[in-house]
Amino acid sequence: MAEAPAAAASAVQPVGPLLAVRGLNAWYGESHVLQGMDFDVAPGEVVTLLGRNGAGKTTTLRSIMGVMRKRAGSIVFADRQTIALPARTVARLGIGYVPEERGIFASLSVLENLHLPPVFSRSAMSDQEISDLFPNLRERLSSQGTRLSGGEQQMLAIARILRTGARFLLLDEPTEGLAPVIIEQIGRTIGLLKERGYTIVLVEQNFRFASTVADRHYVVEQGRVIDMIKNRDIAANLDKLQNYLGI
Amino acid sequence: MLTDLIGIPIQALAGQLLLGLINGSFYAMLSLGLAIIFGLLHIINFAHGAQYTMGAFAAWMGMTYAGIDYWWALLLAPLVVGLIGVAIERLLLVRIRNLPALYGLLLTFGLALIIQGLFRNYFGASGLRYPIPAALSSGTNLGFMFLPHYRAWVLFVSLAVCLVTWFLIERTTIGSTLRAAQENPNLVEAFGINVPRLITITYGAGVALAAFAGVLAAPIYSVQPQMGADLLIVVFAVVVIGGMGSILGSVVTGLCLGLVEGLTKVFYPEASSVVIFFIMILVLMVKPEGLFGRAS
Ligand SMILES: Nc1ncnc2c1ncn2[C@@H]1O[C@H](COP(=O)(O)OP(=O)(O)OP(=O)(O)O)[C@@H](O)[C@H]1O
Ligand SMILES: [Mg+2]
Repeated sequence: MAEAPAAAASAVQPVGPLLAVRGLNAWYGESHVLQGMDFDVAPGEVVTLLGRNGAGKTTTLRSIMGVMRKRAGSIVFADRQTIALPARTVARLGIGYVPEERGIFASLSVLENLHLPPVFSRSAMSDQEISDLFPNLRERLSSQGTRLSGGEQQMLAIARILRTGARFLLLDEPTEGLAPVIIEQIGRTIGLLKERGYTIVLVEQNFRFASTVADRHYVVEQGRVIDMIKNRDIAANLDKLQNYLGI
Repeated sequence: MLTDLIGIPIQALAGQLLLGLINGSFYAMLSLGLAIIFGLLHIINFAHGAQYTMGAFAAWMGMTYAGIDYWWALLLAPLVVGLIGVAIERLLLVRIRNLPALYGLLLTFGLALIIQGLFRNYFGASGLRYPIPAALSSGTNLGFMFLPHYRAWVLFVSLAVCLVTWFLIERTTIGSTLRAAQENPNLVEAFGINVPRLITITYGAGVALAAFAGVLAAPIYSVQPQMGADLLIVVFAVVVIGGMGSILGSVVTGLCLGLVEGLTKVFYPEASSVVIFFIMILVLMVKPEGLFGRAS
């Protein structure tokens, strides 16, 4: 490992981490997928998890969220140990999750999708703010959720968790399979959320996109964090990174 | 005046159609409950007929032992039986949630036999009489037929119950949460919603619906241990024909098959007890996912 993650986090912002993951292990049945993940996320940071297909990025987000059945280790969020908590309790601590497949419900309208997660914090975005942030959704509220385009579904998936009041977001490949204009729009949204003080963990394959929005990058390989690269050092580490990602 | 249709008196035809509609409304209510339970728990609730029987017996016992009248029974019996459903889910079904659906079917089948056996043991196999409530005991002559008020009431209430259920599921927040949980329970849980509790409530509500139908049935069909089992066989055929997919589908299929049964009684009585199964086999051949079902 190149650098102790805790030290790296405090170099960016002089506060304790909002999320501290230590020795995180997770299994799908007998298959041992996460084998001791360690990383930190400071308040207000945008951090990415980069890595090849099957490295364990999605599984990491699922473990933090509490959706993984079999996991062990330590996940401390806002000074609270969450490793044994059910997903619904984790969500209510203020963590919002946008899954890899976006998770738009086909049997729900756009509006029903948007209103599905209960609001549990006063910092929740109002319907007006949501509508200003994602104007494309405004005209489509009564459509079936899965009738939206891929980009619109991604917007809806993000809007849906902003409405709950979550200030810590887990976004799993939000740009996957989307057109460049839409990717740009999502980039602007993430930038805006960062300005407003949201903390974001972003899983990305597209590290060019990642480098436009993130503060730091963790490289994941075979269920472990093998390196951490600050965004401002990314140019100097391009070869190394391309080697890690196999591109 | 036209008094008969190809040799069948209008009176008899209208009477059979009304009977068919009433049977159909029971098919509708029961298949609705089955569909809701199956949608979320992925369990074919074989105890559904026994739970309907429990509703009828609860009404009968309330009246016989505690003087509780029909109208209170209509409220209390579903409540009590629904709570028993909640207990069944919390104590038994929850333990087999991660096993294949077949186990749920076997467990509820076992429960059905136990419940039925208990009733037979205590009340015997012959029917018990439950009187029609006084306010509905008369009828009206419509000219072409005599309409007993209680039957009109059953038809009205069961349709209203189906409509309210449809509204709850398709047009309210609880309903959209339920639909979302049917699609992807893990994600719904990750949004901070207590899915296990939703499952318990859903099972309880489905069971309460069966019990409600049981109370409605008590004054028309005789109250006896076998009443639910006999009905459930037909309801399963209705569910296969309609498909598990849609709420409205179950209701429409239930009513239509009741009517078809009624018509068969008029035109070819020998086939009336099997016509639904005949249609079921036809549908399985042609559209195995059911008329309103989604192919998966
Ligand atoms: N439901 C599952 N059951 C069994 N194994 C799984 C399951 N989901 C993922 N895996 C395995 O776990 C490992 C990590 O998967 P994960 O989805 O976390 O990778 P990822 O880094 O998100 O990959 P990608 O970039 O392709 O999304 C892979 O080897 C994958 O095959
Ligand atoms: Mg993934």
